[in-house]
Amino acid sequence: MIRIANGRVIDPANNLDTITDLYLDLGVVAAIGTAPAEFDEATATLIDASGQIVCPGLIDLSVHLREPGYTHKATIASETKAAASAGITTVVCPPTSKPVIDSTAVAELIQDHAKACGKAKVLPVGALSLGLKGQQLAPMSALANSGCIAFSNARATISNSLALLRCLEYAATHDFLVIFNPQDNSLVANGVLHEGSTSTNMGLAGIPEAAETIEVARSLILIEQSGVRAHFGQLSCERSISMIAQARSKGLPVTADVAIQHFFFTDENAKGFNSMFHMQPPLRSQLDRAGLLNALVTGDIQAICSDHQPHEEAAKHAPFAATEAGISGLETLLPLGLQLVEQGLINLPQLIEKLTSAPAKILNIAAGSLTVGADASVTIFDQNRSWLVDQDSLLSAGKNTPLLGSQLKGRVTHTLLAGNLVYSL
Amino acid sequence: MIESIDHNSSQLNGNGQLKHFLTTEDLPATLLNEILDTANSFLDMSSQQVKKVPLLRGKTIVNLFFEPSTRTSSTFELAAKRLSADVLNLNISSSSTSKGESLKDTLMTLEAMHADMFVVRHPDSGAAHFIANQVTPNIAVINAGDGRHAHPTQAMLDMLTIKRCKGDFSGLVVAIVGDILHSRVARSQIHALRTLGVAEIRVIAPKTLIPKDIEFMGVKVYTDMRQGIKDCDVVGMLRLQKERMNSALLPSESEFFKLYGLDTEKLKLAKPDAIVMHPGPINRGVEIESAVADGPQSTILQQVTNGIAVRMAVMSMAISGQLNNSNSPVQR
Repeated sequence: MIRIANGRVIDPANNLDTITDLYLDLGVVAAIGTAPAEFDEATATLIDASGQIVCPGLIDLSVHLREPGYTHKATIASETKAAASAGITTVVCPPTSKPVIDSTAVAELIQDHAKACGKAKVLPVGALSLGLKGQQLAPMSALANSGCIAFSNARATISNSLALLRCLEYAATHDFLVIFNPQDNSLVANGVLHEGSTSTNMGLAGIPEAAETIEVARSLILIEQSGVRAHFGQLSCERSISMIAQARSKGLPVTADVAIQHFFFTDENAKGFNSMFHMQPPLRSQLDRAGLLNALVTGDIQAICSDHQPHEEAAKHAPFAATEAGISGLETLLPLGLQLVEQGLINLPQLIEKLTSAPAKILNIAAGSLTVGADASVTIFDQNRSWLVDQDSLLSAGKNTPLLGSQLKGRVTHTLLAGNLVYSL
Repeated sequence: MIESIDHNSSQLNGNGQLKHFLTTEDLPATLLNEILDTANSFLDMSSQQVKKVPLLRGKTIVNLFFEPSTRTSSTFELAAKRLSADVLNLNISSSSTSKGESLKDTLMTLEAMHADMFVVRHPDSGAAHFIANQVTPNIAVINAGDGRHAHPTQAMLDMLTIKRCKGDFSGLVVAIVGDILHSRVARSQIHALRTLGVAEIRVIAPKTLIPKDIEFMGVKVYTDMRQGIKDCDVVGMLRLQKERMNSALLPSESEFFKLYGLDTEKLKLAKPDAIVMHPGPINRGVEIESAVADGPQSTILQQVTNGIAVRMAVMSMAISGQLNNSNSPVQR
């Protein structure tokens, strides 16, 4: 048995925020507050969490593990280890590995490998269409039986509306969740930065706001028509969020998440051609950033993720347009989230909700809470402890973050996965 | 929390002198005028019998062109030779350096030859900044055109042409006509014209060739050429790349010429003493009528002569900026 003593236990799923003890036994939460009858001080492991926050293990809705296929960038071993150090116990990986997750073999390989590493639970998202090609349905039922938690065509948007509708109808048949990363690729074309005064001045091909919003609109119509459970992942435009909020208010059960860097940076950060700010979806305007922050406050953004995309050094080492998009974000997810709290936009329980129970609810999984009997995945962190983000402190194989060299507040001290200590500082 | 990179920190040394020449953006007017004054003195010299000066004797300049260009590369070569430098011309097809690491390898190889300056043309916006950040600190980088981003020596030769024709920038109305969207020349001209203090900058093109929010660069947008060209002092035409015709940007060359081509009739709407510039090579009958290109208001050939002088100026200034940079970064 493990006793996590004197921490501030925050469990949004149970409306709990109090300084107390948490008892874990046999991989599940055994008790909160008073020790269970079988508790024996002499044999129990004690973790002193005085002055620290104790919360459910974090759930990250978008983590590119790069395995199989891109192991020169990162591996399941390297990234799940990084996740554990960041307090993330459940990672959802998109189907964009090579081969893509459109066969049970790939889905199982990823999970088997993750289990062998034992650092974090990996939930694969299956491909919505075979090869993400948008022509033939992927074997969704078989993939779900092999552990796929949802289905998505990632950014390889199915432009043929009939084919997309068929995919959604089939997913709805089995009540599978479909995750949309809305992007009209004909409008993206060779764009690399938000289309606006900054891209114009820098002479970079722009990605117009409409590349995202047009797909949100089309998707919402087809979601309504098919009745599928749907989630929009990693949105960048204020208008996308308001369209989804409007659909929700009319009763459509759709949710949305935003990658945390979009709350902090805009297209203007790319001035000077710093390729660390090359992302997809692109960092948008100041107005979009303000709109996203506002939607975070009003609750129109249900969850926050890292959209972790580790790269090898060479991928970012070229003229801006020739670099690959994405940032390594696992380890800065919680510290950046704490800055949102420090700025007074949301409070700490609300932040933890968006990183635990809210994504669990979107995925419809029994995780992200400290309910007695629930899986004992627990994160303990010191919200005031600061650390330097650099090549050495980051455990991810991808060091591609614009935060390199920054001092961030908020450090995980212990991570437990199903009762096992998988990380301690 | 994160500071974006300041252009000037990458192209000026500690004394505010040019050490690279990457963009006209954010450079102070004093520096732009210094380039023009230096170029003017070289221009006087080039009309003399002996055209060479020994300013860069013993220096090695590498013309590194990742994109084909005869005009720009030959004027850079001539400028370098008139400064008595040794010149190496390298034309590298961008397909052989499609990824950054090999671009970096190319640079390292060239550095091992003890080059003192790279003159770089590259199809990617930001390539010159990237190369300037990669090279060892004592090598100067001159941007000879990067993607759609900047072509600062072309813009400065245009400024020299305007200055020599008009004397002063204040009060001038300048129109830039044509494919603004893809034009690094237009962007560099706009930054330089603003800093040098012209009264008004207009860009004239159909909406398909106007990049979004270009008004923030300090220009007025006109889609009607007749309105846009009215009472202008300077008309800067841009080259229309033939390959743009294949996309959905324009219906045909003839329609473009009819609406946006500079002919004698449209030129009459500008001021009577207006000058007509073009970076060349010109597409006669596509963006400009032969009668205008060869007419009395055209400065196209003067621009070529001015181009050599401007390139001599920025090359000599950047080499001396590098020397002063390594000797004493603060004092002087």
